[in-house]
Amino acid sequence: MSEVRMAGTLPDIATKADPVPKSGADARRADRRRRRRLRSTLEALAAPALAFMLFAVWQIAVPLFNVSEFVLPTPLDILTRVVTDYRLLLTHAWITGAEVVAGFLCAAVVGILVALAVFYSRMVERAVYPLLIAMQTIPKVALAPLVVLYLGYDWGPKLFLSFLISFFPIVVATVVGLKGLDRGYANLVKSMGASEAQVFLKVRLPAALPSMFGSFKVALSLAVIGAVLGEYVAAERGLGYLQLQANANFDVTLNFAAVFVIALLGVTLYSIIIVAEKIVNARQGGRL
Amino acid sequence: MNAPVSSFQAAEHMGQHLGNGIGVKIDHVQKIFETRDGNEVIALEGTDLVVAAGEFVAVVGPSGCGKSTLLSMIAGIESPTAGRIMVDSHPLAGPNPRTSVVFQNDYLLPWRNIIDNVLLPLEIKRLDTGLYRARAEALLAQVGLAGFGSRFPSELSGGMRQRVAICRAVIQEPGLLLMDEPFGALDALTREQMIMDLQNLWLRLKNTVVFITHGIDEAVFLADRVIVMSPRPGRIDMQLHIDLPRPRKWNEIHGSPGFTDAVAKVRRRFEEQGVLKAP
Repeated sequence: MSEVRMAGTLPDIATKADPVPKSGADARRADRRRRRRLRSTLEALAAPALAFMLFAVWQIAVPLFNVSEFVLPTPLDILTRVVTDYRLLLTHAWITGAEVVAGFLCAAVVGILVALAVFYSRMVERAVYPLLIAMQTIPKVALAPLVVLYLGYDWGPKLFLSFLISFFPIVVATVVGLKGLDRGYANLVKSMGASEAQVFLKVRLPAALPSMFGSFKVALSLAVIGAVLGEYVAAERGLGYLQLQANANFDVTLNFAAVFVIALLGVTLYSIIIVAEKIVNARQGGRL
Repeated sequence: MNAPVSSFQAAEHMGQHLGNGIGVKIDHVQKIFETRDGNEVIALEGTDLVVAAGEFVAVVGPSGCGKSTLLSMIAGIESPTAGRIMVDSHPLAGPNPRTSVVFQNDYLLPWRNIIDNVLLPLEIKRLDTGLYRARAEALLAQVGLAGFGSRFPSELSGGMRQRVAICRAVIQEPGLLLMDEPFGALDALTREQMIMDLQNLWLRLKNTVVFITHGIDEAVFLADRVIVMSPRPGRIDMQLHIDLPRPRKWNEIHGSPGFTDAVAKVRRRFEEQGVLKAP
């Protein structure tokens, strides 16, 4: 506390008296800035450093305890495999990626439309909302074999599972976001002569966007699960299918390599959403 | 210090005439709300009221007396259960384009900067906001917010935000300004300043104002006519003309007999209603 006050008053005195203490205050300020920058750098590095440490432990522990490569490969083994087999992995990653994106986009479009219907119609809210919540108690995983039964072995069941599993959070978050707005905002804009479409575009949607983007992030991770799950049940392509193949061949390293690529896929798509959020946020004046 | 370009001058440049308040006529207006369990609540009993063009009317009444409901109906946000409202001699069906509303909450959109908040009504009316930017800045300067245009609402204090809300309401020089307890959420000092500023603004705009408040003092200070409402079911209980010279100033008016008499009359009426307990 006292240090802050000193730093605030010193330059004033210094300019009146002599220039030497001024440089002292400047040095202190520069010092503080340097310390702050150092701390933020350290904070930014914390997560990568922790990950690196965990992988290092793994890397060292495997040979140390004489674990066979067929049981548990080291991170470097896996990475090497990812590099050497990148063609194979990429082919399958494209398939899974397309399933995830398609499933997620369907979930976003349908989810937002359902949310709008729930928001604007009390009847729909009464009829559909309880059903949605009841549906939510069914584990989607348990539906996978049935979905395959009805939709076959192609991309259908993967897209559908991906959609089904990621759709619900988007509906709920959008409804909550739309309902969270104080009625006064809508009334104000209406008093300016706004149509409901204008009220929606100028007020309701921007106000709901933060919670919608939150749900997109959750939904995307779920969409990845849905797609891979679909591939486990029945597929001839995709990273989930590749894992099953690797299992059949006792190729644990390839299996891990597939997991690595799935994770990479998830992170990449997640980053796209974060970038989109940042762009929208900037257009909204950074107050999202 | 440079004299700020007043919105008055700005408007003259744009070829609009001022002092063009519009009248309001309320004919046997009644509002009944239906509660969720199917009961009816009479918010406002058959009410008649005429507000002349350019008049400043303050409505005081206890909480729940339907004064906000009355305002929402004049604003065209809600429709009366029975009766008719005329604004600018036209029966009201939806908001009148020459009416603006200021609420207790400023309702500034947090994702828009100050200038874009002030320009919102023009955007809603699909007008070219570029033409009004200078006027918006002049208005902000008038209320002591010069240079705040690119700030965001979260960076402003409650009083500053409400000033912005008022600028937003008067950017189009409304003929009728409806204010629903606009200073209710402000601290006493800020409120006093805002009351003065509002008087000055109104003296310039010469528009019609319907001002709803809990504060007897501010009602008497500001208004040409004070309307006292009864507790629910609300109706007009008493009207009082305030013939004090303008511009009114707090320290001049506070001791003046005209002011104290009017305040005492309103207070006595509330005591008779049982809203205020007589000592």
